Amino acid sequence: MNHYEQLVPLHAQSRPVVMDADSGRRDYIVTRALSMHYGERQVLRDISLQVAAGRITALIGPSGVGKSSLLACVNRLTDMLPGAHVNGELRVGGVDASHAATDVIALRRRVGMIFQKPNPFPLSIWNNLAFPLREHGVRAKSQLTEAITTALQEVGLWGEVKDRLHAAALSLSGGQQQRLCMARALALQPEALLMDEPCSALDPIAVGVVEELIARLRGRYTMLIVTHNLAQARRLADDVALLWPRDGAGELVEQGPAAHLFDSPRAAVTAAYLRSERI
Amino acid sequence: MVRAAQRNPSANSVSDRIAGKSLTLAALLVAALILWVVVDVLWQGAGRLSWEFVTTAPSDVGRAGGIAPMLVATMLILAVCLAAATPMAIATAIWLAEFAAAGRALRLSLDVLAGMPSIVFGLFGYVFFVHMLGLGFSILAGGLTLACMVLPVVTRACEESLRALPDGYRLGCAALGVSRAATLWRLQLPAAMPGLAVGIVLGIGRALAETAALLYTSGYVDRMPTSFSDSGRALSIHIFDMSMNVPGGDRGAYGTALVLLVMLIGINAVVFAISTWWSETRLEQA
Repeated sequence: MNHYEQLVPLHAQSRPVVMDADSGRRDYIVTRALSMHYGERQVLRDISLQVAAGRITALIGPSGVGKSSLLACVNRLTDMLPGAHVNGELRVGGVDASHAATDVIALRRRVGMIFQKPNPFPLSIWNNLAFPLREHGVRAKSQLTEAITTALQEVGLWGEVKDRLHAAALSLSGGQQQRLCMARALALQPEALLMDEPCSALDPIAVGVVEELIARLRGRYTMLIVTHNLAQARRLADDVALLWPRDGAGELVEQGPAAHLFDSPRAAVTAAYLRSERI
Repeated sequence: MVRAAQRNPSANSVSDRIAGKSLTLAALLVAALILWVVVDVLWQGAGRLSWEFVTTAPSDVGRAGGIAPMLVATMLILAVCLAAATPMAIATAIWLAEFAAAGRALRLSLDVLAGMPSIVFGLFGYVFFVHMLGLGFSILAGGLTLACMVLPVVTRACEESLRALPDGYRLGCAALGVSRAATLWRLQLPAAMPGLAVGIVLGIGRALAETAALLYTSGYVDRMPTSFSDSGRALSIHIFDMSMNVPGGDRGAYGTALVLLVMLIGINAVVFAISTWWSETRLEQA
């Protein structure tokens, strides 16, 4: 028996994702008229975003436009931010996730998150993965071993740490820590990954390794990645969505396949934003 | 500009050196002061110290005999104090650090309480525990009064150590669908344990040193206490009594002070050992 069976059965809860009859495209994350406030201040306005299943969608836009906030809306991490208030519709994997009664623990199991700064727990490498697995009901040692080994192999860390699984995770390098955090998320067998500038705190070599890993995971997970780095968005993204501030709040000005958006943007601000990067 | 730039390095180095030297001097002064107290207590108290001293009851109003009843009373008072204050302090600290964005009023009142003279706590304990709750002059009344006194100090220290943890633990756990309770119990509390131990040690220090608040809550009967409802004389009160009320009691006071000092160091060592062990095993089993 593998460890999936110990985890909450995901597909029992999921309903078919939104299907577009014309293109056969399935959207895993869909927001409609999503707005967010911090106290009185509006940070996101009327966001209607579609993130296609199994593809990499890059969320781009200037600093402070609310990209990270939008990411936090998707896994409802906004519930934990003091003063944050979200309206509008959010569907994840075909399930309404915007409701107060939504099981956020189950939602967050299905939608993993990678933070800007690697955040390994002050535990051993092994326990960084075992701790969340145990909390989700995987207790048998053999299943833990299998899940942890698989996840570490998936992120290409296994060869580097297999002889020191009980060493402190904080003793790893920055790039290794970030891959450990990805392994920790992947060990829970999520369907989607939210990544908040996962490479911005890493050195160039580590960036290359992590980008390669993200590209390798394409097709197996739905990925929504916030990035400041347009070159990275070009390298990685299948789809791109651009947020732009208007009256202090981020609005979604354009979204579509990366090739279309980069080569023939429809909105004037997109064109200007992309041009500014080339200069 | 050029002249200033030329002059500055030497001016800086002189003022730097003066500042550095005065800081060193200040630090040495503090260390010397502490050393003086310890050496004085050791010097004057060591002669009095013996196995008999810590295991027998006093005689001749403390000039002869030992301090066994006070030692037991002090430990019992401290036990009551810690048993009441620690869980409450840690629970309040968790609430303040994790759940109460608007805990300002409570935080402010804790800070005010922390600065309150201990005699005020004593008066409160006398009115509330001794009379209203009818506990009389007892170890229970004294311990609970001390608990009220150390609560703000321990709570604030625990809150600070929880707040000092990186936000990545809390958000990282949440993003992995780990419940808030498990995050706290398995990760945050063990990781904050060294800080919590410092808070508890601060509380122990204050409780062991306390005299005023105990005078009219636990009393100063120097018999061996047989229960928590017995009156008992704490070591600090014994020191006060020996040095102020008993002619020729100085040597006994110094001996008692030495025992108190050793006890404080011993208990602190035990607290740190337990906290390190608990933190390590918890994090290992997370």
